[in-house]
Order: sequence, then C-alpha cells, then structure tokens
Amino acid sequence: MGAHVNTTINGDAVEFVCAPDESLLDVLRNRIGLTGAKEGCGTGDCGACSVILDGRLVCSCLVLGAEMNGKKLETIEGMADGAKLHPLQQHFIDGAALQCGICTPGFLMAAQALLRKNPDPTEEEIRYGLAGNLCRCTGYDKIVRAVQAAAKEMRG
Amino acid sequence: MRYETPSTAKEAVSLMAKEKGIAYILAGGTDLLVKMKAGMIEPDLVVDIKRVKGMNEIKKGVGGYSIGAAVPCVAILENAAFVKAWPGVADAANLIGSRQVQGRSTMTGNMCNASPAADSVPALVAAGAKVSIAGPKGNRKLAVEDVAAGVGRNNLKKGEIITSIDLPKKAAKSGDAYLRFTPRTEMDIAVVSVGVNLTIDGKGVITKARVALGAVSTTVLLVKEAANAIIGTKLDDAAKANLAAICSAACKPIDDKRGTIEFRTDVAGVLARRAAETAYARAGGK
Repeated sequence: MGAHVNTTINGDAVEFVCAPDESLLDVLRNRIGLTGAKEGCGTGDCGACSVILDGRLVCSCLVLGAEMNGKKLETIEGMADGAKLHPLQQHFIDGAALQCGICTPGFLMAAQALLRKNPDPTEEEIRYGLAGNLCRCTGYDKIVRAVQAAAKEMRG
Repeated sequence: MRYETPSTAKEAVSLMAKEKGIAYILAGGTDLLVKMKAGMIEPDLVVDIKRVKGMNEIKKGVGGYSIGAAVPCVAILENAAFVKAWPGVADAANLIGSRQVQGRSTMTGNMCNASPAADSVPALVAAGAKVSIAGPKGNRKLAVEDVAAGVGRNNLKKGEIITSIDLPKKAAKSGDAYLRFTPRTEMDIAVVSVGVNLTIDGKGVITKARVALGAVSTTVLLVKEAANAIIGTKLDDAAKANLAAICSAACKPIDDKRGTIEFRTDVAGVLARRAAETAYARAGGK
C-alpha cells in the first residue's frame, strides 16, 4: 500500500507516492530527482542528508516520506537564488571548505539553520552547531572559517 | 507495513490495541527508523503520533509543565521559560545527539527506547516527573523511573501509549542539574550520568532532594540514600563526600571499551558531587 503525499519543497507544491517505510531521503533522491542530499550513513550520524523540515534541521534518512503531507521542506537545491549562490555556498568555494563534496550539502543546510538562529556565532557555537555533520576531507577548519566569513557578509 | 496518522490519542490507542502484528509508535523516529533500516525490527504497523492534537505542545498548567509525547528536544530548548525553570532537564535534551537528531527526537521516545544511558531519563527522574499513559483500559500515570523494565524494554502494556511527560510544579528555591561523562564532547553516549534536583530553605539547608544515576545499571536508578545524604545539610564537604560514596556504591555497571567498572563507579561519585553543586547554586544556595 503506497502513501500519497502532497507537500511543499523549496516553495514548490510537490505530489508523490511512496512506500510507507521509504525514507524521505530515498523519496528525494529516487522519486523527485533532488540528489543534493546524500546518504552517508543512513542512521542519522553523519548529517550528509540534512534538510530543513518546517524550519527545523533534520536528517532526511530519519524521516519517512509518508510523514510529509502538508509539510514545508527546504533542501540544498533551494539555497541559491537562481544563478546567484548563497553567501554560504560562495564562501565554501572561495575558502576551499570542501574536497570530495559529499558532506557539503549537509554542512550548508546545517550552517544555514545555525545562522538563522544565531547570526553571529562564536567559533565554539559553530563547531557545536555543526557537530552532527561529518567531513573526512577538510579537517573542519576551513568549513568553520567559511561559515564565519559568510555570517559576517550576511550580517552586512 | 501500514502507516497511520491518528488525530486523537484514543484513535492511536485503538490502532495499537487492535493490531495483531508488530506495532510501533513513531514520534521522532531517531531510534525506530534506525532499527527498521538495520532489519532489527519489521513492523506491520507504524502509528505516527505527531498529528495527535496536543502531543506537540509544551503546556504550563497550575501543576507544572506538561511536555507532549511528540515534542522534539529542540522545541524544549526553544522554550525559554521552560529552560529557565528546569535547566537540568534542558541540559539533558541538549545532549541527545546532534542538532539534526534533536530536531526530531523526543524525551518520551528516549524513555520508551529504554537505553540505560538515555540522557533525558536521569534528569526527569531527578525532577520527579511522571508520564501520562492512555490505554485500552483507561488512563494511568507512572513515575519516569518505573517506565523502563530493563535494557530496551518498557512497562507499557499492549495498546498503551505515553501521551505526555508531566513535571511537578517547580518549588521555590529549587534547582536541578544533569551531567554526563563521555569521551567526546558531542555526539556520544553517556558512560556515566547523574541528575540531581534539590530544594533549599532560607538558610541554605537542603530540605528535599532526588538523585538519579544513568548508564551504571540496566535501568536508570533513583538513589534515595544519596538524596538522604545531602538533605539537612548545606552541601558541605562531608555531605558531598557521603553523596559521592553512596552513588558509587549504588553502581552496578557493565565493563566495556567505553568504561571499566572501576572507572564508571568512581566517576558516578564525582559527577554526583558536581551536579549537586550546580543544582545547589541554581537553587540560590551559596
């Protein structure tokens, strides 16, 4: 028996049918074609599948697609304004805050959720705020610095 | 697998009670979905309680705070008045997993999952919280320390669901604290944890206390002797030494790579002393 779901993703109305035990991550990637969220661990440990659901940062691997009726979802695909990258995205590129890129969409979503709540975080607050995201390439320093630079630009 | 989204607790109870196969409640899903993915469980029915009226609310009544069973940890942390009233419970919610996990996970789920190391449980036991349970044979209340039956097992009967966690009215001149030991600062599971809640009088003498230990037995322990060791004192050095010794003596921990029996036993005393100091200061004691 499939679940029939009407939801909003990055401001667009989206309708899909999925299996009742299918994760939101699998729905996004395999049914809707939004492949920005990545599956790292599939158990909520790595943060590579981070999305913002009704304003809250969550791992899409730990949400069922069937739960999405009437929800508002933000994914990495909605972050840039057309061709203009979000300041976080631009500073990740400028500061070389990524290497292989698998963790990057998750870090960007987590950093966006953090800066919405706290536009001027300390380094410690950034490190705690991003503790649910793992990166095996950068050693984290460049990510923290990119978030600091983007936060500064966004504060104006 | 069927996925249901009841809008009332009665409907949720009825679904759970009638199901002949394997039925689970879905609140935050941070334990349930991981177990499903790992193939540890294969539910025939999942009942999502997040659309049940009232289960997403933190209410402040005359008796005290009531936290709906589907309230995620992050909503507790966003409630400034609650954090001010129960900083120890809030600290515990803030230690469960990452921001992502806190966006979904609930304290009720943490309790029902019945890990001995569940962060929210010692803090809630120390606070004297009870749970409201709805079931096919009516409603009942249970103290938080009585919810877990053993590792991964709880005392809910077929068809019963927890609808809320009810904290007592916050007493004047009282304070609570929760501390845990983990090898890392974040994203880790308690090796030892302690919750303390205490009330003092105008002279700074402790009149009431509750002390709970986590991760040192099959379930979280409410240690009445430890509370008695500090009641009637101003938390002087002798009282703290007694408290630490009693907490260490109450431990029945496992020995594993995360902590030896000797280490867990010793650290339980150290954390109890420190948590009591924080709770005492939060109560306004000097």
